[in-house]
Amino acid sequence: MIQLKNVEVSFKLKGRTVNAVRAVNLEIEQGDIYGIVGYSGAGKSTLVRLINLLQKPTGGEVIVDGTNLLDLSPKALRQERKSIGMIFQHFNLMKSRTIFQNVEFPLKYTGKSKEERRKKVEELLELVGLSDKLNAYPSQLSGGQKQRVAIARALANDPKILLCDEATSALDPRTTRQILQLLKELNQKLGLTIVLITHEMQVVKDICSKVAVMEDGHVIEEGFSINIFNKPQEKLTQDFIQTATHMDHALETILNNKKFSELEENQWLVELSYLGFQTNEPIISHLYSNYQVTANILYGNIEILQDVPIGKMIVVLSGESRQRKKALEYLKENGVEVNILKRHDSESVLKFVKGGA
Amino acid sequence: MYNILNEFLPNVMPITQEFITATEQTIHMSFWTAVIGCGIGTVLGVILVVARKGGILENPSIYQFFDKFINIFRSIPFIILLTLFSGFTRFIVGTTIGPTAAIVPLVIGTIPFFGRQIENALLEVDPGVIEAAQSMGISNLGIIFRVYLVEGLAGIIRVMALTLISIIGFTAMAGAIGGGGLGNLAIARGHARFQDDVIWVSTAIILVLVFVSQFVCNVIIKKITHD
Repeated sequence: MIQLKNVEVSFKLKGRTVNAVRAVNLEIEQGDIYGIVGYSGAGKSTLVRLINLLQKPTGGEVIVDGTNLLDLSPKALRQERKSIGMIFQHFNLMKSRTIFQNVEFPLKYTGKSKEERRKKVEELLELVGLSDKLNAYPSQLSGGQKQRVAIARALANDPKILLCDEATSALDPRTTRQILQLLKELNQKLGLTIVLITHEMQVVKDICSKVAVMEDGHVIEEGFSINIFNKPQEKLTQDFIQTATHMDHALETILNNKKFSELEENQWLVELSYLGFQTNEPIISHLYSNYQVTANILYGNIEILQDVPIGKMIVVLSGESRQRKKALEYLKENGVEVNILKRHDSESVLKFVKGGA
Repeated sequence: MYNILNEFLPNVMPITQEFITATEQTIHMSFWTAVIGCGIGTVLGVILVVARKGGILENPSIYQFFDKFINIFRSIPFIILLTLFSGFTRFIVGTTIGPTAAIVPLVIGTIPFFGRQIENALLEVDPGVIEAAQSMGISNLGIIFRVYLVEGLAGIIRVMALTLISIIGFTAMAGAIGGGGLGNLAIARGHARFQDDVIWVSTAIILVLVFVSQFVCNVIIKKITHD
C-alpha cells in the first residue's frame, strides 16, 4: 500500500545540514495500523509527511498504491492527496467555519451537488459521533470533539489511508483512548490503512499492529508490535516499552528501597517477560514444587496486544544456588525471557534503569 | 436654537453648504482610496505571504522585490508623496486639483501601508490550517481564497479600520494642497482667517467619520469572530 524506498530528507538550517530522515525503507500494507514512535526530533513528523508529499524527499521513492508520487504533476498530486487523509496534533480546524462547514470544506469543488455534500457530511459526523454539533464552531468543542471533527474532515473524500500526526498528544488519557478506539473502528469498518506517529508507546500498545521505532532519522527497529513489545532489541525501544509498562518506575522504586534491593546470599532479583499462553500455566508454583525455589513477586504487569497477553514481572528468586540455576533453565525452556537484574555478590547489572521516564 | 448656533459658531453658520460639500468630498476621497488602495494592497499582502520563505508559493526574489518596494514607499512622508506624483496624477486624472485628483496620491500612499498590514494579518492564520488544506489536495489559489482570506478576514477588517482612519487623516493633508474636503476647509478658512470655530467643527466632523468607521468595523469583526 505504502512503500518508502531509501527515502532521505535533508535541509540546510543556519548553514548546517540537518538530516531529518536518513535512508529509511518502510512497507505498510493495506489494513495495517502502523505506528511510528520516537522522541521529538527523531524525524517521525517529517517521515509521515513524505507519504502525502507535504515534505519532498531529497532522495528515494515514495510509492502509494503503486504510484510513485514523485512522478506526479502538481495537479495529479493534489488528486492523489484526496485519497490520503491526515489529522494533526492541534486539529487544525478552521475557526471561522462551523463544524458542518469544516467537514464540507474538502468536498466543495469536487463536482458533488449541495445535497450530496450535506448527506455526506451528516454521514461522516454520524460516524464520528458528533451529529448534534453541526452548527457549533470549533471553539465550542472539547479537544476530543475537535479531533473527531478533524477525522470526519479527513475522511470526506473516502481516503484509503489516514495519516495521524501525534493525533492524541494534546488529549487527556481518557479522550486519547476514545479517539484510538474510534481509529480502530474505522480501520475495521472501512478497511482504512492508518499510519500513526506518536511519542507514546501506550498508543502503539493500544492499537498498532506494526511499529517502527525511529531515532535520529533512522528506523532502528520495526516489526509486529507483539514481537517488539516482547523482545525489544534496541536500547531505545526498551526504554519506550519500560515507560509504557511502568517497568522503569517499578524498578526505580524497588532499587531505591533497601528492603527490596538488598539481597540475601541465595537470592536473585530477576525480570521475567513472557508472551501469550504461558500466562495460563502456573509456572511460579512449579518453581517451588520442582526446584524448591520461591519467587517473591515485587511487580507484575500484563498487557494485552492484539488479544495476545504479554507479561512482565520483577521477582526475587530465593533458593539454593544450583536449584536456582535449574529453575532458570526451566523458565527459559518454557519461553520466559529471564533477565537477572541483581545478584547478591556482584555489582548491579542495571544497564536499563537509568533514563526511564 | 438657531440663534445659539449663530452666536457660538459665527463663521460656520453662513457656510453650512460648504461644510456639507467638504464632508462629501472627504467621504468621496476616503471611500475610493479605501476601495482601490485596499484592493491593490490586499493583492500585495497576499503576494508577500505566499512568496515568503515557507509560503505556499515560496519565491525569494519576488518577496524581496515587494518587501523593498513597501519599505521605500512607506518611508516617503505623505505630504511629499502628494507632490512627488503630480505628473502621474495629471496623466491619469487630467488635473492635480480637486478631490478626485487627490485620490491618486492617496492610493499610492495607502497601498504599501495596507499591504504590510494585510501581510501581518494573514500571517496570523494558523500555519497548521494551511497545511491541513494542502493535505486535502486544495490548490494554491483555493488556499488563498478559501483559507487565507476567509480565516484571516477578522484580521483584515481590523487592519482595514486602522487604514481607514489613517486615510481620513491623509485626506485632510491632501486637502491642504488643493484636494478639497474638511482638511482644506479647516486650514484654508479656519487657520488662514483665524476662524477657530471652523477648525473645531471640521475636527468634530472628522472625528465622527472616524468613530463611525471604527464602530462599523468592530461590529463586523464581532460578527465574524468565533474564537
